[in-house]
Amino acid sequence: MNSTSTHFVPPRRVGIYEPLHQIGMWGESFKSNISNGNMNTPSHLIIPSHQKLDNNLSEDTSHGTAGTPHMFDQEASTSRHPDKIQRRLAQNREAARKSRLRKKAYVQQLETSRLKLIQLEQELDRARQQGFYVGNGIDTNSLGFSETMNPGIAAFEMEYGHWVEEQNRQICELRSVLHGHVSDVELRLLVETAMKHYFELFRMKSSAAKADVFFVMSGMWKTSAERFFLWIGGFRPSDLLKVLLPHFDIMTDQQILDVCNLRQSCQQAEDALSQGMEKLQHTLADCVAAGQLGEGSYIPQVNSAMERLEALVSFVNQADHLRHETLQQMYRILTTRQAARGLLALGEYFQRLRALSSSWATRHREPT
Amino acid sequence: MDKVMRMSSEKGVVIFTKNSCCLCYAVQILFRDLRVHPTIHEIDNDPDCREIEKALVRLGCANAVPAVFVSGKLVGSTNEVMSLHLSGSLVPLIKPYQSFHN
Repeated sequence: MNSTSTHFVPPRRVGIYEPLHQIGMWGESFKSNISNGNMNTPSHLIIPSHQKLDNNLSEDTSHGTAGTPHMFDQEASTSRHPDKIQRRLAQNREAARKSRLRKKAYVQQLETSRLKLIQLEQELDRARQQGFYVGNGIDTNSLGFSETMNPGIAAFEMEYGHWVEEQNRQICELRSVLHGHVSDVELRLLVETAMKHYFELFRMKSSAAKADVFFVMSGMWKTSAERFFLWIGGFRPSDLLKVLLPHFDIMTDQQILDVCNLRQSCQQAEDALSQGMEKLQHTLADCVAAGQLGEGSYIPQVNSAMERLEALVSFVNQADHLRHETLQQMYRILTTRQAARGLLALGEYFQRLRALSSSWATRHREPT
Repeated sequence: MDKVMRMSSEKGVVIFTKNSCCLCYAVQILFRDLRVHPTIHEIDNDPDCREIEKALVRLGCANAVPAVFVSGKLVGSTNEVMSLHLSGSLVPLIKPYQSFHN
């Protein structure tokens, strides 16, 4: 009887709980525990060496046991008890042990799932407080998530949730590491990981923009305070510099010059894109407003209008490209330690915006 | 393509654009801020528009426009221009063509 068979029904919503294979995994480690001789073999079942058998007569208690003595001997002459009862007792013990282990694993699984469920409920509560996804909107399901027909957006929302979790974890790590003593090599690794994490977000947004550019443009996945500062689907690159700069104590002349130049070129690039966006809005409005009076919702130049909307995707990508390059240049200009402090400052800034959104949303909820 | 070669090798900063393209407009604004007056070729109304587009794509500009040339050499599209500018490498490139008198 193999230990990997399970007798319980796993939770249905496998996606949000621990992967099922974990249930099987303990069985594997169980087996290896036996072969490592970690299981206690009752001493009176160990065969005296001169009676070695060359085949397994028992079921599973002795499989895979290289080196562990066989536990049963059909012709055991030393025993006063019938062999069959001996064997059955041992089998029962094994079965009981297995059953206990299975139950333990199942309970652990349930516990983990329970914690996960509580966590999810809390997140949902928080999200609802922030006016994030209205539970009774057209596109929402019973959980209150914006379950649009758009799989690309649904996927992005899930990925973003994980992204924020990972972000928070990285911020914690940066914070603790900067308070203590850390080698430059280790710090550099943390900094590069944090940078890559931002770049990963831009990649995710690019896919989402292809799925629904308006979703990305309106920052629907962000909290309300973050959305207030929205610029073409994200944060302003020039804001990024403003947030980072106060935290750099000592800078060389070259660094000061480089930062100055970066600020200027970043601002110029941002202005250029902003003006391009304005033009896009004007031309789209003209397009929609054109035509004869009394034609209702008929758009004479609908193809032209649709083309302009397609152009929005390029703008979102350009804006993210600008964010990417700004981060990259800052990394080039700063020392590793400065970059770490800067990334911590940036991460905490966004955390605070999110907290502000939450505080704002709950400000009327104080008990009177 | 000959026409593209000829047009792009004109002196200074040359930008291929389309009237309807707002990113092209953004790039033009940027150069204007940098005190450069680029030569603009709006290819919408050019009879060889399609050919020019294909040539630009072949040269490496995925969306054909905007396509920026400086001193006859292709700099790239919006992405490349932005990257160069943020890294501080764009200004040295266009320095000879900046005009500071208004």
